[in-house]
Amino acid sequence: MTKYVHQPDFMTGDELSIPTFSLLDPEGDLYPGAVEPELERDHARRIYQAMLATRILDERMLAAQRQGRLSFYMQCTGEEAAVVGAAAALNDADMIMAQYREQGALMYRGFSIDEFMNQLFGNDLDYGKGRQMPIHYGSRKLHYMTISSPLATQIPQATGYAYGQKLAGNGHCTLTFFGEGAASEGDFHAALNMASVHQVPVIFFCRNNGYAISTPAVEQFAADGIAPRAFGYHMHVIRVDGNDVLAVYEATRQARKIAVERNQPVLIEAMSYRLAAHSSSDDPSGYRSKDEEEVWRAKDPVLRLQKWLLKKQWWSEEEETTQQETLRREVLETMKRAEKRSSPPLESLISDVYADITPALQRQFDQLKRHIRRYPEAYPRGAASLDLDVGTGTDSQGEA
Amino acid sequence: MATMNMLQAINNALDIAMAEDEKVICFGEDVGIFGGVFRATSHLQEKFGKSRCFNTPLVEQGIIGFANGLAAQGSVPVAEIQFADYIFPAFDQIVNETAKFRYRSGDLFNVGGLTIRTPYGGGIAGGLYHSQSPEAYFTHTPGLKVVVPRNPYQAKGLLLAAIRDPDPVLFLEPKRLYRAAVGDVPEEDYQLPIGEAEVIKEGTDITVVGWGAQMEVIGKAVELAEEQGIACDVIDLRTLLPWDADTVVESVLKTGRLVVSHEAPLTGGFAGEIAATIQERCFLYLESPIARVTGLDTPFPLVLEKEYMPDHLKIFEAIRESVNF
Ligand SMILES: Cc1ncc(C[n+]2csc(CCOP(=O)(O)OP(=O)(O)O)c2C)c(N)n1
Repeated sequence: MTKYVHQPDFMTGDELSIPTFSLLDPEGDLYPGAVEPELERDHARRIYQAMLATRILDERMLAAQRQGRLSFYMQCTGEEAAVVGAAAALNDADMIMAQYREQGALMYRGFSIDEFMNQLFGNDLDYGKGRQMPIHYGSRKLHYMTISSPLATQIPQATGYAYGQKLAGNGHCTLTFFGEGAASEGDFHAALNMASVHQVPVIFFCRNNGYAISTPAVEQFAADGIAPRAFGYHMHVIRVDGNDVLAVYEATRQARKIAVERNQPVLIEAMSYRLAAHSSSDDPSGYRSKDEEEVWRAKDPVLRLQKWLLKKQWWSEEEETTQQETLRREVLETMKRAEKRSSPPLESLISDVYADITPALQRQFDQLKRHIRRYPEAYPRGAASLDLDVGTGTDSQGEA
Repeated sequence: MATMNMLQAINNALDIAMAEDEKVICFGEDVGIFGGVFRATSHLQEKFGKSRCFNTPLVEQGIIGFANGLAAQGSVPVAEIQFADYIFPAFDQIVNETAKFRYRSGDLFNVGGLTIRTPYGGGIAGGLYHSQSPEAYFTHTPGLKVVVPRNPYQAKGLLLAAIRDPDPVLFLEPKRLYRAAVGDVPEEDYQLPIGEAEVIKEGTDITVVGWGAQMEVIGKAVELAEEQGIACDVIDLRTLLPWDADTVVESVLKTGRLVVSHEAPLTGGFAGEIAATIQERCFLYLESPIARVTGLDTPFPLVLEKEYMPDHLKIFEAIRESVNF
């Protein structure tokens, strides 16, 4: 139905300022008028433990990177509530397609510290066979798609995956995480448009943490964040306090209902702050002030939930202390184990490029093996792998 | 003369180009106040203002589409793509637009002012998404020029030439050498020719050809060969499109042997183009098959990077086999 006006009436969308849904204040008390989500004690504790474990893993692994034990690391410090809260509102069998700063979701789903370490150290137990940089996790068992570094590529894939879920009629949906930076990519816009046109059960979860490496949000977009974009695609949208896990949980829970019951996509924008550096290769002092960081440190999402739990007596100071100690010890022990393991075998260089190894690859590989036998000391990993092969008799003899 | 690493040489070239011509504009992800994730654009915003050196939103197709429009208008954009691995969202803009602007408009419009800078290559423990050498996709694209410097001196002279070249140039920077390659670089303005290879070393037994970061590796291989009494003619192509076939032909007519090396996979790699051209023009002079030392036909690995890379030992072996054929 077209409505005609007879004066030029330009609109900017400023009239549609989007509020932020928030339940818990920084002291861990409910805001007046806020309704506590239905969250059972054990569930709340599982959420908190995942957040705490993520925080500790991040601290320890950054330290390990600084000690030169690990080549690279990325923390999600400050965003644990956004990530874990969203995962907690899903069915554990719903698909998660993440960007790279969402280890909290994987922690919540039960990825073990050993599993984290094997990927971080790219050893023979890494599901990704030592091919990707640290933090590129994936788990088929936990319905967590393996991370890909090119930004935003997972967003239209999530639309496609969820469309398949809808056709399969299994009642599952897909949630995809991305940053406010990645939301600038063409893939983001394509994903939202296709999802709304095709009525797809997908949740687009934007972690708006204020920075894309050094680029502040004001240089990323001119409008009121990412949320208003939903209107252009005729999509449900909610903006939520990303440091308030109860609000994130409740918003995502309701988004999931819309997705699976009505087959409609939802956009969630979680407002938070990247407290850490972009990655272990980044130094934020080059582009932002310590004061700015301190403002956000005071809104710490882990502490906020802890206060709420303590007040409800669902958690205690003693539990906090023992849990922290246990986790720190576990991280250190598993790290030592993972470091000591051998690299993936030489064959992992050429497997999985195709379903079957092509003749060209086989030829190149045989040539490589001959070369490594000639100069074993120059390729310690390859040489170790070949010796193993000889030992187990799987390698053809007589090539050297 | 000053001593500079490759990043400083690139920064210096951008500084000179921007100071000389106010139409030169630098932009890309994080290139503003931060100076780029590798610091190639350090201090340019401070010096030339936010309208000439700025951060873009995170969208490569936007960066290059914007750059195409800006260049068509007469400005001289120098767009940075943060890693060559992330140039593919802009592939359509580069291959279908940048490269064909002049041709399709009968030269009514062109984007000759455009230079696209991007760090490429492996050896930095970057795995499959921070290590690629995507040159072959672009050397298959008439209308583009593709330039790859090997050291700070080359980087400055070639970048200044690229910015002032009348055609759009894809400038691939070997990131492994950004800080590792240090050398003498004149402080003043100078240009090195685009489209011309450079004979780095003369020898009579075999021709060894490469570009960019491989030149350092080739240098080590050639030293090993010389210890065995093999004299190599070493050529840095510097420009891959249009590439200087004459210089390579001339060399192979003399040596009768050719080894070409690149990090990208073998199949469809640029070494194939060189090998085909040389066998066409030097067939009767060849004394051994042309050898290609390249990456495997796989994505770039992480943990087994050393095994994957075409290193000095692999090149040395190819030289030896060629000479003993
Ligand atoms: C297509 C693409 N372009 C550039 C990059 C390099 N890059 C990696 S992370 C990043 C910033 C992403 O910021 P944002 O999406 O806001 O997420 P955050 O890091 O803040 O969590 C950039 C530019 C990339 N990985 N992929």
